[in-house]
Amino acid sequence: MSTHVSVPKTYKLYVNGAFPRSESGRVYEVVDSKGRFLANAAQASRKDARDAVVAARAAVGGWSGATAYNRGQVLYRVAEVLEGRRAQFEDEIVRQEGVSASAARAQVDEAIDRWVWYAGWADKYAQVAGNANPVSGPYFNLSVPEPTGVVAIVAPQDSALLGLVSAVAPALVAGNTVVVVASEAHPLSAITLGEVLATSDLPKGVVNVLTGSPAELAPWLASHADVNALDLVGASALEWIDLEIAAAETLKRVLPPEEGPDAAAPSLARIGAFTEIKTVWHTKALI
Amino acid sequence: MTIERAVSPAQRAVEVLGGDLTEATLKRYLDGLPGVDTVGLEQRAASLGTRSIKTTSKAWALDRIIELIDLTTLEGADTPGKVRSLVAKALVPDAGDPSTPRVAAVCVYGDMVPYAVEALGDAHAAGRVTEPGDGLINVAAVATAFPSGRASLPVKLADTADAVAAGADEIDMVIDRGAFLSGRYGLVFDEIVAVKEACRRADGSFAHLKVILETGELNTYDNVRRASWLAILAGGDFIKTSTGKVAPAATLPVTLLMLEAVRDWHRLTGEKIGVKPAGGIRSSKDAIKYLVTVAETVGEEWLQPHLFRFGASSLLNDVLLQRQKLSSGHYSGADYVTID
Repeated sequence: MSTHVSVPKTYKLYVNGAFPRSESGRVYEVVDSKGRFLANAAQASRKDARDAVVAARAAVGGWSGATAYNRGQVLYRVAEVLEGRRAQFEDEIVRQEGVSASAARAQVDEAIDRWVWYAGWADKYAQVAGNANPVSGPYFNLSVPEPTGVVAIVAPQDSALLGLVSAVAPALVAGNTVVVVASEAHPLSAITLGEVLATSDLPKGVVNVLTGSPAELAPWLASHADVNALDLVGASALEWIDLEIAAAETLKRVLPPEEGPDAAAPSLARIGAFTEIKTVWHTKALI
Repeated sequence: MTIERAVSPAQRAVEVLGGDLTEATLKRYLDGLPGVDTVGLEQRAASLGTRSIKTTSKAWALDRIIELIDLTTLEGADTPGKVRSLVAKALVPDAGDPSTPRVAAVCVYGDMVPYAVEALGDAHAAGRVTEPGDGLINVAAVATAFPSGRASLPVKLADTADAVAAGADEIDMVIDRGAFLSGRYGLVFDEIVAVKEACRRADGSFAHLKVILETGELNTYDNVRRASWLAILAGGDFIKTSTGKVAPAATLPVTLLMLEAVRDWHRLTGEKIGVKPAGGIRSSKDAIKYLVTVAETVGEEWLQPHLFRFGASSLLNDVLLQRQKLSSGHYSGADYVTID
């Protein structure tokens, strides 16, 4: 007879490469589609958001300074590790969203496919978005996309994994670092994704995952002067006009909310949204 | 700033140790100091670091931290231009908020003193007693072959006299840790007395002498306690933890221990000695822990620039970010303060 007692996982935050509890000590109950208790998740406070931004800021230099090829390899690696954990993700999606096993499998498939698709763009995007401009003079004139910096994301709220992946992956491609507020109702896959990221050669602080109330956290991230861009893709239920106004105070790039199954669909525009075009002039010859 | 003393420096030791001041009596006295309870000290320091400081107290603490900072640049790559930009920051720490107080002092190498004095202009304390809010800034110079202290005494004295002549209000000297650790307390004592004498200005007043113990090299808390008493007995106006060039630099337990020596000296003689933790204090949160420790150990009256200082360079920016957070209601970022 087996004497094994199952050991449930403590779902914590993913900040700066580690898994801390919320500094506030708060947790909230995550329930399945029928209202039954699933787990306690950490309820992040504004100070956790602040710490996450500090971690993301510190990671910008290393991640944006890595070669595009290297970033692509690391993102591929994330997809590999994601693939190895697919049973766990499927199980969590079934329990959280109350969907069938085949629907969960399809969601994980799509999430991995999108991650690989974005990983492939890492060393190709600059060729598409950049340009050698013809100018009337003996100069090379080059435009290249550069990462915006720290991107705060409110992840799609109705999806456990796919929405999160669809919002986070494009921001990483160009070399940005991310603070993402996961789906409030389905936060468990987000923390499991954090475990994937922590074991995929992704430098610490490049992705920071907060669970809790987007309504509580988003205003602090929108007004934070050290956040450079704000993706409100999952913020349609929030006072997102106010968030855009707060973001305008510090001239952030902002993406508006999207709803429905096509929210954050794969596109080059999502990569380009978090880049700045730098144009340099260089003389063709000294004589 | 200038401190008027009733007794000449070495007389402090004579009064406490008796008239027959020899290396043996000094050693007997210092070795007779009670040992430090390491666990108790670290626990006390840790508990002082857990106080919750709420909004209005925090606003006061942030401003006071700025008023206690010795804004420091001690790099081999320092230039007159770097010192001028340091002084500009000392005068106007936050260009976006004119209500930001000025720092207590700028701390530079001896050869940079003339540039600091020139850049400060009318704001230079120049020997005047400073109070928080008067806008006067002292010039502190490190001397005596900082940071190692490995030079002969005449060189150290010339180094000190040179900085004082150039207009330094405060001298940060290092003790000879090698001599201290090998038990030659008399040598260390005589050096401090001699450097104190070299701090004498032409008009007979003294530049303020801060004695750097470099606690990171003293190995034990017992040694820190002995060195603190030695520095006070020899005439130091301030005892300072570290040069900032050796890890660990300032820690809360070490600072607490030095504050206790200062408290005991005050009880014994009524005289107030300053304390300066330096190096490694980078966040407002850490700095507030030090303020709590000072207030709880020697009393709030020590939270004055002539009795307590932070030796720091990056601390000021973090304090400014916290001030901006308090005034604007949202978190600020490094883009909104100057680059050091």
